[in-house]
Amino acid sequence: MTTTPPEADALHVENVTHAFGRESVLGGVSFALPAEQKVGCIVGQSGCGKSTLLAILGGLLRPDGGRVTHPFVRPAFVFQDPCLLPWRTARDNIAFGLKALSTTRPDRRNRAEELLGVVGLTAADGDKYPEALSGGMRQRVALARALAIRPDFLLLDEPFGSLDVGLRRAMQALVRRLIDDGGPATVLVTHDLAEAVKLADRIVVLTQKPARLAAIHDLDRPFAARDDGFVQAEVGRLLGRPEISGALAIEA
Amino acid sequence: MSGPRRDFFGLLKPRWGVATGLVLVVALWEAGHAAYGPVVLPSPGETLLALWQMVRGGDALPAVLQTLRGALAGFLAAVVIGGALGLLAGLLEPLRAVLRPIATLMLGIPAVAWVVLALLWFGADLAVPFTVWVTCAPIVFAAAAEGARSLDPGLLRMATAFRVPRTVLLADLYLPHMLSHLFPALATALALALKVAVMTELFSGAGGIGDGLATARAQVDTARAMAWILLLVGLLLALEFLLLEPLRRHLEPWRGDKSPPRSGVSGS
Repeated sequence: MTTTPPEADALHVENVTHAFGRESVLGGVSFALPAEQKVGCIVGQSGCGKSTLLAILGGLLRPDGGRVTHPFVRPAFVFQDPCLLPWRTARDNIAFGLKALSTTRPDRRNRAEELLGVVGLTAADGDKYPEALSGGMRQRVALARALAIRPDFLLLDEPFGSLDVGLRRAMQALVRRLIDDGGPATVLVTHDLAEAVKLADRIVVLTQKPARLAAIHDLDRPFAARDDGFVQAEVGRLLGRPEISGALAIEA
Repeated sequence: MSGPRRDFFGLLKPRWGVATGLVLVVALWEAGHAAYGPVVLPSPGETLLALWQMVRGGDALPAVLQTLRGALAGFLAAVVIGGALGLLAGLLEPLRAVLRPIATLMLGIPAVAWVVLALLWFGADLAVPFTVWVTCAPIVFAAAAEGARSLDPGLLRMATAFRVPRTVLLADLYLPHMLSHLFPALATALALALKVAVMTELFSGAGGIGDGLATARAQVDTARAMAWILLLVGLLLALEFLLLEPLRRHLEPWRGDKSPPRSGVSGS
């Protein structure tokens, strides 16, 4: 899956199909993410197969058919549930992914310490166990754990889904800033079109199950200029397109 | 809250609750002694005196050490073998299918039946550790298997996504999760180990607290019998609070003060 992708696309998805048992989840999805577009958002209704697609992109799952090509060698995931180890401190949770790489213990600690700062946590937070952290802080730890392994491909599966509005905005801004700051190419899965409009360089809308491509929409406005007014207007404009409102089952 | 009211609720706090319970037991004990006389129920004072004589006479310490040695040997074997098999059974469905009925069968056989078999098979020396092992191992096995099986699939998916090696999976996911399931079972098994050890000694008559109890019975020395029981209870409490509790705090700091529901000395 790491062969040279065609043209200048970083990520190339070609007619990918997948089924669980007899139930077809992905019915042939094709799209591309050009190298200059750092954030791709896959939008679809809950249960439309977008998490399955993300797992395939990250190499956790082999597709039944089709092809995924990209030059990335080190993917990292953030899931909707932070999936922290309850018996490890925040610091050790951040360092967890490094255990798969040949990193020494002091290096792991240093990297974890560095990442605590990057995601806006204090050294004292690093000593805490997940149980003592708030939901937002746990999600920051999960993000730090993904970034700690210096991924070149970041896969986010509804990472802000369980956070309330204020925290979600803060996390969105943090993620976008880190990506613009020389961060990895990113694919984010969400059911929230507004979140996609806020974050994405390219929005990929999937139909309901079995998922196919419904629409692709590019945004080139910088993140800082995407205020609430812009997001609202853009979402309204997108929902005016019947193929998008149909895929998301929203009355136009 | 005003003074007297607060004092009343103060009684409900754990420390005062324990003290109140102990006072109540001693009071009932005294009342029983007053009603039935020293042969049936010697007073707490007489019992303590008998205990003191046993300690001074050099009977108590060797017996305690012998019981402890037999019980701990069997217990440790149960933890190692039961824990390892439980881990494997939790991970491998077919092995679980084979081992579970065996564990249930072993649990169903009364401890006293094992005592008889152990004495016939191994003689007095090995009977205690064997009986303890055979009664405790299924408990540890069941808890370990359940612990290994019930690991949060989300954590497993996360670990798979980070492509961590199997050794990390075992050390960072399975073992810590299993420990939280194991601790309540270990407390139960340890209490059971001591009780089964004493019962086996009672039948084997080759030393230990159980042998002391048998002798006291033969001599119709109720005070001495009560003193042995007191010694056994003290031993149970000491193991619980000097061994298991510090171990749990050391191995599970992430739980803070919230201890899991446990059966402790009341187990079996």
